[in-house]
Amino acid sequence: MAFQYVLDQFVSLFVGGLVFGSVYALIALGYTMVYGVLQLINFAHSEVFMFGTFATVWALWLVGADATTAGVALVASLAVAMLIAMITSGGVALLLERVAYRPLLNRGAPRLIALISAIGASFVLSELMGLRGALASALGVDDVLGRYVARSRENLGLPTDRTFTVQFEVLGYGVTNKDIIIVLAALLMMIAADQFIRRTRLGRGIRAVAQDPESASLMGVNSTRVIQLTFLIGGLLAGAAATLYMLQVGLTRYNAGFLLGVKAFTAAVLGGIGNLRGALVGGLVLGVAESLGSGLFGSEWRHVVAFVLLVVILLFRPTGLLGESLGKARA
Amino acid sequence: MSRSTTLWRTAALLAASGIALAACGTTGGGDDPTGNGDGGGGNDAGGDCSAVFAYVGPLTGPAANLGINIVNGSTLALEQFLEANPDCEVTLERFDTQGDPAQATSLVGEIVGNDDIIGVVGPTFSGETAATGEVFAQAGLVTVSPSATNPALTTNGWDTFHRIIGNDDTQAPAVATYLENIGAEGVFVIDDASEYGAGLGGGVVDALGDLVVGTETIQVGDTDFGPAVTAVNASGADAVYFAGYYAEAGALVSQLRSGGYDGLFMSGDGALDPGFVEAAGAAADGAVLTCPCAPADEEFTAAYQESAGQEPGTYSTEGFDALNILLQGLLEGNTDRASMLEWVNGYDAEGITKHIKFDESGEVAEVVVYAYPVADGAIQLGEPIE
Repeated sequence: MAFQYVLDQFVSLFVGGLVFGSVYALIALGYTMVYGVLQLINFAHSEVFMFGTFATVWALWLVGADATTAGVALVASLAVAMLIAMITSGGVALLLERVAYRPLLNRGAPRLIALISAIGASFVLSELMGLRGALASALGVDDVLGRYVARSRENLGLPTDRTFTVQFEVLGYGVTNKDIIIVLAALLMMIAADQFIRRTRLGRGIRAVAQDPESASLMGVNSTRVIQLTFLIGGLLAGAAATLYMLQVGLTRYNAGFLLGVKAFTAAVLGGIGNLRGALVGGLVLGVAESLGSGLFGSEWRHVVAFVLLVVILLFRPTGLLGESLGKARA
Repeated sequence: MSRSTTLWRTAALLAASGIALAACGTTGGGDDPTGNGDGGGGNDAGGDCSAVFAYVGPLTGPAANLGINIVNGSTLALEQFLEANPDCEVTLERFDTQGDPAQATSLVGEIVGNDDIIGVVGPTFSGETAATGEVFAQAGLVTVSPSATNPALTTNGWDTFHRIIGNDDTQAPAVATYLENIGAEGVFVIDDASEYGAGLGGGVVDALGDLVVGTETIQVGDTDFGPAVTAVNASGADAVYFAGYYAEAGALVSQLRSGGYDGLFMSGDGALDPGFVEAAGAAADGAVLTCPCAPADEEFTAAYQESAGQEPGTYSTEGFDALNILLQGLLEGNTDRASMLEWVNGYDAEGITKHIKFDESGEVAEVVVYAYPVADGAIQLGEPIE
């Protein structure tokens, strides 16, 4: 126990937690939206995120960014990388819906079957990435793809420079441009998603299907489209989270999604699964709690702190912090 | 199961003999760097020199590189042996544990149950060694680990356990010596809570004494080390020692640098892998990695490169020495487990890494720790720490 240490380093730990919590929150949105519409926990969402992290690195390679890239060129490359990561993750999410869910839902399979299918899809996607070198050499294209498939089970690092400049100081802790970018970008995207669901015609469709799928389809809402759209939005946000995560952490691996997925799902439950704003609150609370908990008890207690917090909050508020489903969200 | 094992064995045999033949054709006449048969060629052993040895350790999984380095080193030893002794039928069976004690435990039964196997190179990591040591000891199957360095491994009374590398207790004082030599004023020690990391980290803390300004424990598989970075920066340390493997070491150094830490980053043999530099990029430059493992000389590098198609890495030379001990035992006519165990226990000869001789508990008598600097995006040749 190190209360004095936590007090001294409060800002540093708090900002660190806020930054990582923003990433949790963006991923959590994907879980919460799919749950809101389908009452299904999409366990493969973590792999959608993982593909985004790889897309970020590959995109940076493609545009030729390296450790010497700086200034406007760096910002532009990162923006392109984020766009490509969002498209990739969105694409993977759509593919997932098409292959792993729609055939089951069309046949009226119970939710539990879809859950198993999700876990299976998660393994398949993760191993596809981990075995991409073996796949490429089996297809005879490993020479063409070169470093994109080399050492496919190893860490892959962000190629750009990761020294960040301090923008301003809060009580002795230098807040860097990276911290600001990650938190702001995550907030902006979540606000955009929230407003999209609340204000647009397509968003109304999503809420309608979440509230009552049968009535919604009687009223002319194409529920297949809505489900696709839900997966797509979740995927896009996971892709954005992936680029922000790479900025913060610096490297990724084929199984990087697993832990993040568990945590983001926890954040979604913590905030109230099915509730968009709950995902935001849950993500930030979880990130900050983990960071402060690590400071207080040591980094090895990080996951213990996270899950004890979850249990305690669910004991008092079984539906999570905000506890309101997507369907009941008022326009 | 047995079908596929037989298949594998046949395939390995064919591959090994094919490579050996090819090697005969190309290198012919070069003097024998293995020291096989005391400069006599060693063809005198006649027909009774057939045996199966096993490699136990990771070939896939997150820490596969180290295992592949070892198995390539052992394979080179085998190729040179078969070249010098074409009548012998020796194979090296590979058992992939992924570095996971649970996987190792499920494989060990198969290994000790196969009576053809009379010696083992491995297990590679301390965790899997701890999990399987008892079974090997009961089966009387000798193991020579090139890389399991947890000090406690030799305290179990396993007569079969040997390692040809100094344990973490020997590495830790060398780390302290190095840090004192460069005039470090405050050292922050981080471990990864693994059998290996906790052992080495604890040893470094003890050896450094008052120089330690803080400690932290992370988890294998974690990716965000923000709280650890905060703790390092708050401690005012001018050196960080990380006891763990390269996957976490890469992420940690990367985040320390982006978190504004500009002191020395040091880590141990678990991080001594190109994967550390590749993942961490520029952040790895300036890091220093300690290892009781010896760097490869030019001759070994050339032979290894021809055999494996890549540069030798951490533990490649130890992998070579480990199998070489067993191969020399075979030449001396030790074709069953009991006599092979006796041979290894009494072994006393020069290897390519060091003079190899084991004490009662299986520790190697002579230990040298090297410091490998990272510069220009690559791990440079190690210098002994004195």
